[in-house]
Amino acid sequence: MTATTLAHSVVEPSGRSKGIAGTVIVVYAVISMVPLVWIFLTAFKSPSDSIAYPPKIVFHPTLDGTCNLFTTISRQTADYISSLPPPMNVCDRIARARNMVVAGPSNFVPRFLNSLIIAFGSTALSVVLGVTAAYAFSRFRVPAKDDLLFFILSTRMMPPIAVAIPIYLMYRELGLSDTHLGMILLYSAVNVSLAVWLLKGFIDEIPREYEEAALVDGYTRLQAFRKVVLPQATTGIVATAIFCLIFAWNEYAFATLLTSGQAQTAPPFIPIIIGEGGQDWPAVAAATTLFLVPILVFTVLLRKNLLRGITFGAVRK
Amino acid sequence: MSEHGLSIMEHVARATPEAVARRVRGLSDRAIQWLFISPTILLLLAINIFPLVWTIRLSFTNYRANRPNARLLEIGIANYVSVLTDPDVWAAMQSTAHFLFWTIFLQTSIGFGLAWLVDRRFRGHGFWTTVILIPMMLSPAVVGNFWTFLYQPQIGLWNYALQFLTGIPASSFSMIGSVKLAPWSIIIVDTWMWTPYVMLICLAGLRSIPDYIYEAAEVDRASKWRQFWTITLPMALPFIMLAVLFRGIENFKMFDMVNLLTNGGPGSTTELASITLKREAFEKWRTGYSSAFAIILFVTVFGLANIYVKVLNRVKNR
Repeated sequence: MTATTLAHSVVEPSGRSKGIAGTVIVVYAVISMVPLVWIFLTAFKSPSDSIAYPPKIVFHPTLDGTCNLFTTISRQTADYISSLPPPMNVCDRIARARNMVVAGPSNFVPRFLNSLIIAFGSTALSVVLGVTAAYAFSRFRVPAKDDLLFFILSTRMMPPIAVAIPIYLMYRELGLSDTHLGMILLYSAVNVSLAVWLLKGFIDEIPREYEEAALVDGYTRLQAFRKVVLPQATTGIVATAIFCLIFAWNEYAFATLLTSGQAQTAPPFIPIIIGEGGQDWPAVAAATTLFLVPILVFTVLLRKNLLRGITFGAVRK
Repeated sequence: MSEHGLSIMEHVARATPEAVARRVRGLSDRAIQWLFISPTILLLLAINIFPLVWTIRLSFTNYRANRPNARLLEIGIANYVSVLTDPDVWAAMQSTAHFLFWTIFLQTSIGFGLAWLVDRRFRGHGFWTTVILIPMMLSPAVVGNFWTFLYQPQIGLWNYALQFLTGIPASSFSMIGSVKLAPWSIIIVDTWMWTPYVMLICLAGLRSIPDYIYEAAEVDRASKWRQFWTITLPMALPFIMLAVLFRGIENFKMFDMVNLLTNGGPGSTTELASITLKREAFEKWRTGYSSAFAIILFVTVFGLANIYVKVLNRVKNR
């Protein structure tokens, strides 16, 4: 007891050094948040405020960007606009103030839905494949185990553009280009390496004795896997799923090369949102904000397992 | 917690039809092993290995994906020769090397510095660490796209901030428009996004050093400076090297952020290998040529990563 108290007093940094460290870290954190804060602010600026010089920090918040993101508008004559019934919602009102009318919904919602379908679909598939393969690698004497595991990892080293060429050709032949299924399979193939490596680490940590006891009790191997291993691995499965989800959600290279309309996800769509005369920054910022919110939530949820995930389980804590 | 999990699994088990349960009851461990592994291997073979083999095959032909019906010629290693003698390719490799060197250098030094500070465990360090980690979780494409706005000479935030702080007129320079500055514009964004990543790994390294080593050093009256160079740095080195490996592989493949931020421009000053590859493959449609280039890139990453891992293991076992 005395030894640990003494040890603590030796290694514990002084109050002053803590103070300096804390200040530097807080300053760094605040500066690194500036781009994100700016995205958030821009989302609520009017198009003219967004490109004002000097850049405006205080401004009158509007929903222009959000409306431009969700609707398409077209210019009309004042006579035509005055002949219309009163505006139905806030976007109608904003458009009419600028001699425009809302012509219909934009493509943003379908793109966002595509992102959701593809991200969740591929996550489900990679976690199912990952947890079964990881269990087998963890518990059985698989021939050439290390080679297989390294093979699974090495598929991650390929530049996406390098495999995109033949995948593009292959998908064209199979009718998978620009389909949800094609993108789900593709993202699963990329994610499954992470899933296997991460989940193997988590399953390795579950004592074998639990399953062996279940086997002695008359469970079959599959029952033991389902009723003993899976519940124990829940934390690992959830963490892995979130990592797969984040990758699929953020992915751009394959999405931009292999999808065009039907299955296009949000990342290739957001940069091409344009308004009158160039990029409509408030709309882009609104889209970016909506797109980033789920990831912010996930980052906070993942805090404890972040390190393990980003190093493929090479560093555990 | 586990009891609750068990009860859910029991419900699932009860819902499984009897017949299915009876059929799988007899499965041997060996059967289960292959049943569990083969779907993953099959998926990887279909979506990773088969395309790779196809790329190798195409790299020896003059195939163009936009003219599928043209006569296919076997041209041997001609594509490889023209890739390796193409000055544009070497320029791209040079840009990639510049990008790799500076991003890794900046991210490692800043990341390690931040980790070293966070390790003081000041009040609220957990919260601020989470805040710092946010950029690396975001989509490089979506965020990279927004940085083009932040970099605008007149209306952009950065140029204005610089003018405010130093008096250099905001409209006198353009980060992504100037040949000199553009390579740094992508380095800055990458460093902003990925320094937290290196920080996190370094932090794990620092926390892996047992306290008793420092205590022993204190007893021996080693100065703080000496402790840093003989204990902290060597013991955290395998972690730092691991971070460099992961960043190296990722940045060698770098595509999304740069494609949206500068698209290789101005001229070809920020044209990294992946951007050149995209141009050759999907703009000029020189499929055979770009396949050869892709194979060369893959072999390079793979080879370098393998050598590096060997060195890393030697450092770890020292």
